This record gives sequence, structure tokens and C-alpha cells, in this order.
Amino acid sequence: MKKLIIALTATAAVLGGFASGASAQEKKKVCFIYVGSKTDGGWTQAHDIGRQALQKALDDKIETPFLESVPEGPDAERAIERMARSGCAMIYTTSFGFMDATVKVAAKFPDVKFEHATGFKAAENLATYNSRFYEGRYIQGQIAAKMSKKGLAGYIASFPIPEVVMGINAFELGAKSINPDFKLKVVWANTWFDPGKEADAAKALVDQGVDILTQHTDTTAPMQVAAERGIFAFGQASDMIAAGPKTQLTAIVDTWGAYYIKRTQAMLDGTWKSEQIWDGLKDGILTMAPYTNMPDDVKAMAEETEAKIKSGELHPFTGPINKQDGSAWLAAGEKPEDGVLLGMNFYIEGVDDKLPQ
Amino acid sequence: MFEAILLTVITASTPLVIAALGELVAERSGVLNLGVEGMMIMGAVSAFAAAQLTGSPYLGILAGIAGGALFSLLFGFLTLTLVANQVATGLALTILGLGLSGQLGESFVGMPGIKLQPIVIPLLSDIPFFGLVLFAQDLIFYLSVALVIGISWFLFKSRAGLKLRAIGDNHGSAHALGINVVRVRYLAVLFGGACAGLAGAQLSLVYTPQWVENMSAGRGWIALALVVFASWRPWRLLAGGYLFGAVTIGQLHAQAFGIGVPSQLLSALPYAATIVVLIIISHNRRMTLINTPASLGKPFVPDR
Repeated sequence: MKKLIIALTATAAVLGGFASGASAQEKKKVCFIYVGSKTDGGWTQAHDIGRQALQKALDDKIETPFLESVPEGPDAERAIERMARSGCAMIYTTSFGFMDATVKVAAKFPDVKFEHATGFKAAENLATYNSRFYEGRYIQGQIAAKMSKKGLAGYIASFPIPEVVMGINAFELGAKSINPDFKLKVVWANTWFDPGKEADAAKALVDQGVDILTQHTDTTAPMQVAAERGIFAFGQASDMIAAGPKTQLTAIVDTWGAYYIKRTQAMLDGTWKSEQIWDGLKDGILTMAPYTNMPDDVKAMAEETEAKIKSGELHPFTGPINKQDGSAWLAAGEKPEDGVLLGMNFYIEGVDDKLPQ
Repeated sequence: MFEAILLTVITASTPLVIAALGELVAERSGVLNLGVEGMMIMGAVSAFAAAQLTGSPYLGILAGIAGGALFSLLFGFLTLTLVANQVATGLALTILGLGLSGQLGESFVGMPGIKLQPIVIPLLSDIPFFGLVLFAQDLIFYLSVALVIGISWFLFKSRAGLKLRAIGDNHGSAHALGINVVRVRYLAVLFGGACAGLAGAQLSLVYTPQWVENMSAGRGWIALALVVFASWRPWRLLAGGYLFGAVTIGQLHAQAFGIGVPSQLLSALPYAATIVVLIIISHNRRMTLINTPASLGKPFVPDR
């Protein structure tokens, strides 16, 4: 029922959005599909800030209609197809769950360029782009290990997809590089966006004794709970310092703007080609929010790690690393292929959770 | 630890119970309003905005109630005065509410919220264990308990409640007896809207004191299901609401505790529990029929 309603809303939004955009001529349409609301304070907001940067940079050449709160699943395909039909030259679909829908629509519209965020299926006219969030999560793990008195952090996860599992592992790796006994409790909220449920998960973790919270869901509710309970937390996707001025240690801030400008310019120039792009801290596709609420030595350590990752000196996933059951995964000094990371479906040693299969 | 879990359960269950109580009264009068989600989110945004602008969470509560009630008036006008289809109008109300609240609340996104503080009742709150859980709560929780008691009394012990149920069971006969069907239904719809608005206020002032679009995240639909689950009886509704809250919170704790059950299965538990109870209830056909308002969702056009 709810899905139906959202679909109807989405359809209405598409019709409304394009009726008004139809009068402008000459400008190319570069369209965006969002999974959440553009003011969610997290994931979608970060994409929308990127879209605004793009619009500003290429204002005389493009317009950037977007569609908010498109649910993942069959409704997404309809929404993307409508966008394609309405004359978009390029469509960014900004959630992992839009993957199959994007692949299907891309096959039907060979002249439209598609870019899908965080997925792994590409085609002639479908590129994928992603950010090495795990680099930021590794730094967060190190900070957590320094700041936690109990050596125990809580992780609010969304869905057991490789992207999220990789983040959990990177966090634990960072923490273990400081405190080899560091433990991580994971709660799966099974949602990207539900402030109430995210807050409930945060409370459950705090009640079970964690003194650092980190999240891979989209709202600031967990940060708020952390602030209320007087513990520290990390922000996700956007700088969440407003929700916890004395709580946020740092945040992974997605800064998609530069990427959107680069790729859209390539499309306008006719040099666009399908690629599978995975940029990191050094490319500026993600940045760390200011390191706050921590002593100077912890801050210095975080900055040093960040610099090492940027220079390529440090890869968070460097062996020896064991899997959760203690079996060997990477030998000393060994680094995994990107493909292995992107398909990650197992925990490393030290994560105190059973991975949902 | 157990106390902490109970506190979380209460916070999670209260909005469901309040919104469902309002819908229960509306449905007992024969009106099926599927717009609970929309009225709830309108309540949430009104409450948050008023609290921000005035600095008082109590004015926020009033604004939430008013926001939900005003919004339900639109539903009342369309379905009772213009006799539009109730199901379609209710769905439209939800869509409109989600969109409109996003629009109205745009400038409030990201603002730190004002949390409604608990009212500690002296003496009673000193009772070991249950004292703090039950008697150091916020006003909205106390209201939710008062509403259950009040509505239960109203429906089954008062003359006005008898009239309301009579309309819900057979509006034709009630009309013939000289009861003003449309007026009573307007009041019931308004009450439902006010309750949904209050539930919304709980979301943006107590549960997660902030405003984000779609923050009700489907709770209005759960409230609707609770009414059927409770077979239109207030005390069962209270029990159902808390059962749902307890299973939801319990599964999060089970995960954090490291119980090796797949989290998807745990997440489905509250809904699975609802289905099981529904099957048990519907097993007794006669009791189900007695409690179901027979005119539910049917249009009423007075013939004279």
C-alpha cells in the first residue's frame, strides 16, 4: 500500500516536474533520481548538494531536474524510464537498490547516458561510480579505539550489502590497528531512512554498553541519541555536527559535486564513456568533517592516517587479515583486488555479529 | 537494563497507540479513514514548527493536535458532506499530507529539536522498578493512558458512545431514530485527526526531536492495522500496540546482544506476530462480527 502511494507521488512529481521544465529549450537535461528526501540531512542531501554544484558550474548549458523519495524496486524502474522518456540526456541514479532498474532502462534507451552510484553492473551507456567510504571508516575506527573507554563500539547498519559489510570491516580494522581487542556490535535496522527505528537501534546499542556509535543509515537520529546519552558518535554522508555539537568526532562527508561536474562536462563534450569509477579521499569525492571533541594527539593521529591514505602509503585492507571464524583471508602485506572488496560478503575477525545471509 | 528496554518500548509504542485510538473511534462511527499517516505527519510538522517558533514544546503539542484535526476536516468534508469514496479520499489524504508536510517543514530541516521533558510524579515514581518507567514519563504518554481509559468508558458506558456505535453498525437505523449521523461522524473524524496529530507531535518532540520529511515512516499504516488487530476494542489496542513495540525493540536488542538469528527474520517478527494474532482472533467468527462496525466505509446519504 505504502509503495503504491509513493509510486503515485513519484509519478505525479515527474509529471509536475517536467511540465514546468518543458518550456526551457537548448539546455540539456541532466537528471537525478534520489532514494530519500533531498533534505534528509544525510545521503540524499549530499547528492543534492552535488547536483546544485553541478547546476552552478554549468548553469548556461544544463538543467538538473530530480525526483525525490523514489522507492527501490519496481517503482524505481518506472520512475527512471519516465525520466528517460522526458528527454534527459544523462541520468544519475543515486542508490544501490536502483541497480537492476537502471540496467533495464539503460538497455531501452541507448542514447541516454546513465550513471549508477555504488553498483557493479555497467553497460555501454551505463557507468558506475562509487566512493571509497571505507577509507573514512578506517580513520573512524582508529579514532573510536582511542576514544572508547570500554573498547566497544556500536554500528547501526542498514542492509547486508557488500558496501555496508565493507564499511563495518574497515571500521573494525582501523580500531584493531590501535587496540587489537576492540569489539564491534552491529545492529541491522533494515532501513536506510526511519528516524524512529534508527534511534531505537542506537538506544539498544547504548543500553548494551557501547560508548561510541557509528551509523550507516541516513538520518541524524542516532547522533541525537548519542548526544542525549553523553557518548561520542560519527556522522554519516553529511556533516551532522548540528545534531551533536559535543558528540560528533568526525563524519564521512560525501562530496559528489566535483565528480558530477567532471562527468557531465565529458557528456557535453562528447568524450563520455562507460567506466567503473571508484574514487577515494585523494580525489575529493569524500572528505572528513573537522575532527572535533577529541584530544590533540588523537586528532593528529587521524590527520596522519588521512594523509597516508591520500598518498597511497596506506591501504586500509592490508594483510594479515583473518576472517571472522579465524581462517586466513589476506597474507601479510597482501592487498585485495577492488572486485573482491566490492563483493565483500563476510566479516573479519573481531566483529561481534552474525552476518545476515 | 530491563528498565531501559521498557522505556524504549514505551517511546516506540505510544505514537502507535494514540493514532490507532483515534482511528478506532472514527471506525466505530463507520468512517474508514486511511489518511492516518498523512494526518500524523501533519501533526509532526505542526508540532515541531510551533515548538521552534514559540520555544514551548507544550504549545507544540497543541499545534500538533490542531494540525491533525484541521487536516482531517478536509477528509470529513470530502467524504461526509460530498460523500466521496472513503478509501480513495483517505489515500489521497496520506499522499497530500506527506507532500505538504515536506513543503511546510523545509526550513525546519536540520534544526536541533526541543525535547518534551518528562513530568516526574512525586512518591509514585519512587516505587522500585516500575516507578520510573510509568511515573516519570512525558505528558503525551500520560495522555495515551488517559485516552485508553476515557475512550473505553465513552464507547461502552456512555449514552453518546452508544449512539456513535449505533451509527457505525447501521447508519440507516440510527438516522431513522433521529440521530444526526453526519454530525457525529464529523466529530469522530475530527477526534481521529486530533489523535493522529498528537501521535505526530510525539514523533517530533519526544521520539526523535527533529523534523525530517517522511519521518513517520509508515507508522500511520501500522496504527491502522492495530485497529483491526484489536477488533475495535481500546484495551486490546493498547495491548497490541505494546506487543508490537516490544517485539520491534526486542529484536534490536537481540541483535545487539549477538543472538545468532538472521536480522531480516527478526525485523519481520512484529508483522508476523500481528498476522498470527489476527488469525487467532478471526477464528471466532461470531465475536469478530459483533465487534466489526457493520457500516464501516459505506457512504451515507440521508433519504430525507
